[in-house]
Amino acid sequence: MTVEFDTSSPKFAEYAEPGRLVTGEWLEARLGQPGLVVVESDEDVLLYETGHIPGAVKVDWHTELNDPVVRDYVDGKGFADLLSSKGISRDDTVVIYGDKNNWWAAYALWVFSLFGHEDVRLLDGGRDKWIAEGRPITTEPTVRERTKYPVVERDDSVLRAYKDDVLAHLGNPLIDVRSPEEYNGSRTSAPAYPEEGALRAGHIPTAKSVPWARAVAEDGGFKPRAELDAIYREEAGLSDGDPIIAYCRIGERSSHTWFVLKHLLGFENVRNYDGSWTEWGSAVRVPIVTGDAPGEVPGRS
Amino acid sequence: MIERMTETTLPASLAEIRDEFLELPEPERLQLLLEFSNELPAVPARYEGHQELFEQVLECQSPVFIAIEVDDDRVAMFATAPREAPTTRGFASILVQGLSGLTVDEALAVPDDYPDSIGLRRAVSPLRLSGMTGMLARAKRQIRAKRHSS
Repeated sequence: MTVEFDTSSPKFAEYAEPGRLVTGEWLEARLGQPGLVVVESDEDVLLYETGHIPGAVKVDWHTELNDPVVRDYVDGKGFADLLSSKGISRDDTVVIYGDKNNWWAAYALWVFSLFGHEDVRLLDGGRDKWIAEGRPITTEPTVRERTKYPVVERDDSVLRAYKDDVLAHLGNPLIDVRSPEEYNGSRTSAPAYPEEGALRAGHIPTAKSVPWARAVAEDGGFKPRAELDAIYREEAGLSDGDPIIAYCRIGERSSHTWFVLKHLLGFENVRNYDGSWTEWGSAVRVPIVTGDAPGEVPGRS
Repeated sequence: MIERMTETTLPASLAEIRDEFLELPEPERLQLLLEFSNELPAVPARYEGHQELFEQVLECQSPVFIAIEVDDDRVAMFATAPREAPTTRGFASILVQGLSGLTVDEALAVPDDYPDSIGLRRAVSPLRLSGMTGMLARAKRQIRAKRHSS
């Protein structure tokens, strides 16, 4: 029951997978269509309650996609329970949007992808652009009939990198999407964010610094293909066939970049290191580089 | 019950707010937090255009600013936070309502872990709640500083 792709945008047509994005106009015209579920995922856990796209359900990263005890995502049963309770079926087209230029929306999309949910898309520009365009918002609670989402085990082997994977990966392209201050080691978290969760500051040796927001256009949507190619291929030196790992502080900003590399630019082997700096910056004896230069691969003993 | 551990030193205003939250089933606590968020009072006119009178709560993910006044041993707290950050606004509103009107000693006796006691750890997540803990710590620090200068 997959919903047709949004082919209305010349900008999308240039991307490797144009169908991964939808415009506000396309979405507004299809609200309530069977087979389509709109999901809001925000940094602020209450933002959805202040008004959301009519019919949208909320999926919260902290309280719903994370395991409450272990630092991990929910398992296959947890995900099936969650999506069933939200009224989402395995073959539904899911369109996710959120605050902060879709950081958490991209994070949710990535987690849905770990469970192999096939048709999951982002609303280009997210919540802010939808509102800026004067599209409808409601505080009316969404009621969807419970579904029976199947229990599918999460596959971490393709899209997710663990710390040991990153160590083994050194020498291959790494993209650090945090702020320049976090990259060079003057801070452990983004400016205006709490200093939290990492004992050392700096970056993983050889990682190139490409702050996530460089992929965002002035209207809050993604930049056109040519501009993204200039940043990631020409400037950061990524080439087709490269295995790539992106990281940030906890994996949410790097999900945004992961989405760009994987779905908009078509790099096939892109993983998100969700442990990111809160793990690397506190791990014992992993190599760290400070300063603005990427640094060298340390010698292995 | 951990949530009741701090009973002895908690002022009535904050105890009432805590009980309001704990009486609700968890999913409804978010709605109550949203009500607090909507109730955050506007700052007095004398603060308008005087950003330097505010202290930013860096523990919060959103730009929230607080100001404390101590007048004749009574505390008044003011806060600003954007509409797009309702959770942070809700935290600020709870503290503004709970701390304003207390004596300096009553306010300083508020347990630092008050935010952990209002039943929001699961509904909001501990990481988000730490923003409120930071806000309370900064408010108490300002109260201490201003008690001596008032």
